[in-house]
Amino acid sequence: MLTDSMRTVYERPLTLTPALTHYCPGCTHGVIHRLVAEVLDELNVREQTIGVASVGCSVFAYNYFDCDFCEAAHGRAPAMATGVKRVHPDKIVFTYQGDGDLASIGAAEIIHAATRGENITVIFVNNGVYGMTGGQMAPTTLPGMKTTSSQGGRDVETMGYPIRMSELLATLDGASYIVRRSAHDPGHINQTKKAIKTAFQTQQRQMGFALVEILSSCPVNWNMTPVDALCHIKEKMIPYFPLGDFKVAESVKLLKG
Amino acid sequence: MSVGNPKSWMPVKTLTLKGNLSMDANSAARKLELWKGNEAIAEAAVRAGLEAYFGYPITPQTELLEYLSTRLPTLKKRDGGNRVFLQAESELAAINMVYGAAVAGARTMTSSSSPGFSLMQEGLSYIAASQAPCVLVDVMRGGPGLGNLAPTQADYFQLTKGGGHGDYHPIVLAPATVQEAVDLTYNAFDLAEKYRAIVIIAIDGNIGQMMEPVAMPPMRAIEKRDRGWELTGARNRPRRINTSLFLQPHELEHMNRVLSEQDAAVRANETRCVEQFTDDAELIVVAFGSAARIAQTAVKQARARGLRVGLFRPVSLYPFPEDRLTELATRARQFLVVEMNAGQMVQDVRLAVDRAAGAARYPGYAGGALNWSWTPRPTVQFFGTMGGLTPMPDEILERIEKYMPVLPLSETMIERAALDIAYTN
Ligand SMILES: Cc1ncc(C[n+]2csc(CCOP(=O)(O)OP(=O)(O)O)c2C)c(N)n1
Repeated sequence: MLTDSMRTVYERPLTLTPALTHYCPGCTHGVIHRLVAEVLDELNVREQTIGVASVGCSVFAYNYFDCDFCEAAHGRAPAMATGVKRVHPDKIVFTYQGDGDLASIGAAEIIHAATRGENITVIFVNNGVYGMTGGQMAPTTLPGMKTTSSQGGRDVETMGYPIRMSELLATLDGASYIVRRSAHDPGHINQTKKAIKTAFQTQQRQMGFALVEILSSCPVNWNMTPVDALCHIKEKMIPYFPLGDFKVAESVKLLKG
Repeated sequence: MSVGNPKSWMPVKTLTLKGNLSMDANSAARKLELWKGNEAIAEAAVRAGLEAYFGYPITPQTELLEYLSTRLPTLKKRDGGNRVFLQAESELAAINMVYGAAVAGARTMTSSSSPGFSLMQEGLSYIAASQAPCVLVDVMRGGPGLGNLAPTQADYFQLTKGGGHGDYHPIVLAPATVQEAVDLTYNAFDLAEKYRAIVIIAIDGNIGQMMEPVAMPPMRAIEKRDRGWELTGARNRPRRINTSLFLQPHELEHMNRVLSEQDAAVRANETRCVEQFTDDAELIVVAFGSAARIAQTAVKQARARGLRVGLFRPVSLYPFPEDRLTELATRARQFLVVEMNAGQMVQDVRLAVDRAAGAARYPGYAGGALNWSWTPRPTVQFFGTMGGLTPMPDEILERIEKYMPVLPLSETMIERAALDIAYTN
């Protein structure tokens, strides 16, 4: 019999497999995986969930989530998730996408999934670079930021400006829940988890399209220590990509209360 | 050679039919209705148990999408169950929706026309690697580029050779009539599921647009199945993963071997062609789809003039009926390939005919007399129309007469030639 002092206070969520992740030290993808898994556990939907991995560092998400999973082509996860959800309207379907995947090559697919009010949940991990291919400029790279394909720093005159996807998607009538959070410290991680839960509940109650954008670190490609990278999110990314709720449908507001 | 059983879509060796444009001889027994090609194909898919259609408008395919946009929701209202229709934002999205529905285990389909099909090739490569069964209809139009809206057969390469990156071949079926389009579509889902492969119905734009009498097949019920691979949620079973990513070379080689084995089974069992007058033909016209229909008129006219001409129509463009062609190439001495493109299938015909060179030798002709030097193989001539022009029967007949061997080869001549080889060797 467990004494009070031996009570389990922290363990692997059921929805995570025991596999070690391949993520770099200091990367927050792993934290975000855990949040999603905890929420799926709490909502008790692991056995009815189908995940759609995207192309990017999280391409192997299916190795870490203990639920049915498929893997989409680069940028096409929202279209693939649409196909899955339309034939399984009673299942929970989510995509897990990076910013290159969602905001660049897959910009059309995410906009149209949102505007259709597709009843899916999107976990959008914004680390401001193309992580998997070695740190090239993404549509979300901050002005002046050095990457392997903008070595003098992003010059907005020739390379354009970053896209604020959440603000853009929030203009669409079809979207029900669009928020931006950050994974740079425990307080913000807790808020991120709450948003992820709301996003899955939105789907569970058939309330339509829900997306949680999460500012995430990439120390290796930002050429920073893990701690500096978290500071970078707080000091540089949040001013450009403000945290907040950009679209919360009336029905979803009731849900939260 | 026997006339194959048109109802048997079970694995057979090369299914060779004779003297009939339609693969379905039984259709005559059913009630005939007038149907437009595109709509008939759509209805055939519905009756085969189509659960989810995703598409994007493009001429000359659009009626298919429009028809399903009302037909599927109406059926869903009436019977419930899965009858999904969704107009996608692009062909890129449409094929990836099909991908999702297919890995989720549904009978799913999209349709498009050539430029849209080019856009789908990325998705097809992923779908092939994931072994997600699905059916596609390509109502071909003029290209390259935006081309035009007129019928062509210029997608032969992009359909039969894989099209996207990596090693894979969809099964490609090319009907010559609206009835055949209906019959092939109706059976395409079973075929796709049997091999966990992509089946493409390659339609010449004119067949999609024309109206013909059709006997519709009966409505099939949608079955709920668990074949051990579809993603339905890991309830009371281990999770299932569907991916096309295999980072370790030996894993990817293994996956490619699985696809190759599947391909070998397809090639062994699913080859189909139709022949007319090939038994004694010295010149064989090879054509598919509507070009074969036109060629048939020319072949009959040539026969009326006493010329020994036959018609060979591949119905499965992939797998290509190469073995049967090779066999014919040991007897016929000229092939005339007629296509509505700049010469695509002709390459596969040449390969098949070239293989015959090792199997037989042929006497040649010079100045109208039998020449005892030996030509290595029959020649393969080509006649193509492009840009949406269709070949005319008299244009084909003209070429038949031009390429017809000057002196018909008699049985005694073949025997003497064979003896000659025996003595000189
Ligand atoms: C069609 C296609 N183009 C390019 C690539 C190469 N590629 C792989 S991952 C990636 C970028 C992913 O970046 P992001 O979505 O930001 O995710 P991250 O790796 O940063 O988590 C690219 C360009 C690909 N796999 N497919």
